[in-house]
Amino acid sequence: MIQKAFIVAGQPHPLLAPEKNAGWASLRKAYEAVGREIESSGAELILVYSTQWFSVIGHLFQVDPKPKWTLVDQNWYELGEIPYEFRIDPEFGKLYAKICKEHGMQAATVAYHGFPIDTGTVVALKLLNPNNAIPASVVSCNIYAEREETRALGYAARAAIEAYGKKTIVIAVTNLSNRYEVADIDPAHDRISSQKDDEWNRKILEMFGEGRLEDVGQVARDFAREANADMGFKAIWWLGAVMGESNKYDGKVWDYQPVWGTGSAIVELTPNPRKQIEWEKEFDEGPVMQFAETGTGLETHNVLAEAPDVHRASELSSHEDVIRTERAAKPVGPYPHARRVGDLLFLSGIGPRKAGTNEIPEGIEEQTRACIANIKAILEEAGSSLERILDITVFLTDMQRDFARFNKAYAETFGTIQPTRTTVGVDSLPTPIDIEMKVIASA
Amino acid sequence: MSNGQIIGGLLAPHPPHIVYGENHWRNEPKSECGWEVLRWAYERARKHFLAKKPDVFLVHSPHWQTVIGHHFLGLPEFHGLSVDPIFPNLFRFNYDLKVDVELAELIAEEGRADGLNTKMMRNPNFRVDYGTIVSCHMMNPDWDIPIVGISSNNSPYYFSNEMGQAQMIKLGEATRRAIEKSGRRAILLASNTLSHRHFTTEPEIPEDMSREHVYEHSGYLWDMQVIDLMRKGRTKELIAVLPEFMDHAVSEVKAGSFAWMLSALGFPNYPGEVFGYWTVIGTGNAVVGWDPDLKERATTQGASA
Repeated sequence: MIQKAFIVAGQPHPLLAPEKNAGWASLRKAYEAVGREIESSGAELILVYSTQWFSVIGHLFQVDPKPKWTLVDQNWYELGEIPYEFRIDPEFGKLYAKICKEHGMQAATVAYHGFPIDTGTVVALKLLNPNNAIPASVVSCNIYAEREETRALGYAARAAIEAYGKKTIVIAVTNLSNRYEVADIDPAHDRISSQKDDEWNRKILEMFGEGRLEDVGQVARDFAREANADMGFKAIWWLGAVMGESNKYDGKVWDYQPVWGTGSAIVELTPNPRKQIEWEKEFDEGPVMQFAETGTGLETHNVLAEAPDVHRASELSSHEDVIRTERAAKPVGPYPHARRVGDLLFLSGIGPRKAGTNEIPEGIEEQTRACIANIKAILEEAGSSLERILDITVFLTDMQRDFARFNKAYAETFGTIQPTRTTVGVDSLPTPIDIEMKVIASA
Repeated sequence: MSNGQIIGGLLAPHPPHIVYGENHWRNEPKSECGWEVLRWAYERARKHFLAKKPDVFLVHSPHWQTVIGHHFLGLPEFHGLSVDPIFPNLFRFNYDLKVDVELAELIAEEGRADGLNTKMMRNPNFRVDYGTIVSCHMMNPDWDIPIVGISSNNSPYYFSNEMGQAQMIKLGEATRRAIEKSGRRAILLASNTLSHRHFTTEPEIPEDMSREHVYEHSGYLWDMQVIDLMRKGRTKELIAVLPEFMDHAVSEVKAGSFAWMLSALGFPNYPGEVFGYWTVIGTGNAVVGWDPDLKERATTQGASA
């Protein structure tokens, strides 16, 4: 249900003073064009993460249905005031906060008269959604949250969007390089703070233009160190997790301009699951959502409390080609039961643990039958069947002891179906099971 | 007018929790109690400094953050609702304050003459930050003495601790000269916490004091080291270690309020009076005053130099 993502800068200059600088005017124009695109997209929700809304205690979620105020920016007040009245979707904010809490994160909703909505959010919503045609939801940026917690926040957003079922536009409000001119300048001569920062910005934008969101997430720390990127560029970790952490997007850089020395850009990312990646960067992390935050101060901040809850993670994926089912035993790692590519189904290694209880049957015959039952459930979930299996690789932990009895039990099902088969002996399997099967089938 | 003087300076941290713990009528959320050690510290400081009959409080706050130079509240009155964006559950404060605009303009002029970039903020809809409000409220809950509100320049966050501190020392000198010219009896409030690492969770009852302690031992050791220098009156050594303190204890003195005050006070070589130290969601907060009238008493309290 995620339609698109946008990265936008949150300084008020394009909104309040476009006439003072050609670059600010250009940003304003790009902002407005994106706003028109959003309005005509059929989107039903705009989800905003702004680096200018700081939080300390976990994350905050705006649920006031109609916040109204006149913003006078603490620094840029000379540019003018920004009266605002926004249309917020409180139900989505509550759902998002609830999902965060369920996964061990500190989360609180806010609905207070006079709550100071940050300048970044105000600018983004005023320019992207000027008529409040689409309800919005806003989440804070925790100043302490590192990569894992920020990714978890993004995965929770993804889960909330899927559960909510509305077409959603995702907005990350962040500067690129974030070094301001600290003296008064002639606005007409605004430029990026340094050549180095400018070069880094252009490198990052080149990657965005190629739709390489995950790659940007991987180099965010370097970018932050070298160009003082806004809040460590953590907004990109959040956005990456919301969007599924891949490089499979069509990217478009609408504009890139200096705003008082900082790097300000407007970038569009459209999911493209069919995008061919010829030279893919390796991914070293799976989904993460579970955190321990006891608040004692004695724990290491935001340590991953346990291995990612794969069952929970399974709720998060929206890849159309990913197959998961409750009728088969849960995977024991961050992988799905199966994936579909064209007319083929590739199953992960499937063991004999029973769905629901994780019980491991006694004996190789029963374990073989249990493996086949799990495979059957997964294939049926994918609209296929045992009869459409093409190839099986079987892993046995004790070939000498078990092969004959395994073979007999195997034949009960596959004697007539006759898929190709390879049987290998292995030292061990991840859990105390004696057999695992890897299957390729027709969809 | 001339012969103005700074009659005192206070390290006056601003966690909104202490206002929440007080249950003052101006603050909407209500509590059972909480953070008494700090609140009582403020009570003692208040009793002492209000007895000196100040004409004005000057407050430098980290929560009014400015990019271009140093800004001053520039209208005679501000009123409105200040909602803490981080702890909105604890702090929604109805403020109504008066500003000594004349003194603020004098400081701005002195700063400009010394090469600083200064500005007057004259928009009546400007929302005064909660750092300014908490420090001022804890010193003068009747709000019957005007203030000078000064922003915190973000230079140390873009460049270096040392660069930021050098600016604050200049601003302190400009502040002192302006006060002397103004004829005012002024008290300075440096609205800074010491070690500034917060917990990222909050108890179900925010004022549950069984959950309150310093975030980490290293932060506490740093706090004790800098407080020891305060108690010994070794403020020139103190200012030299502050940049390191900022890095090692994530200290909020990076925002410059404390350096500004010490500079304005002329780096006192007599001990500061420690009215109290305690933690607020893990951060180290000390209420420490400098006043020549406290010199003898504070000296007996401090460890020997």
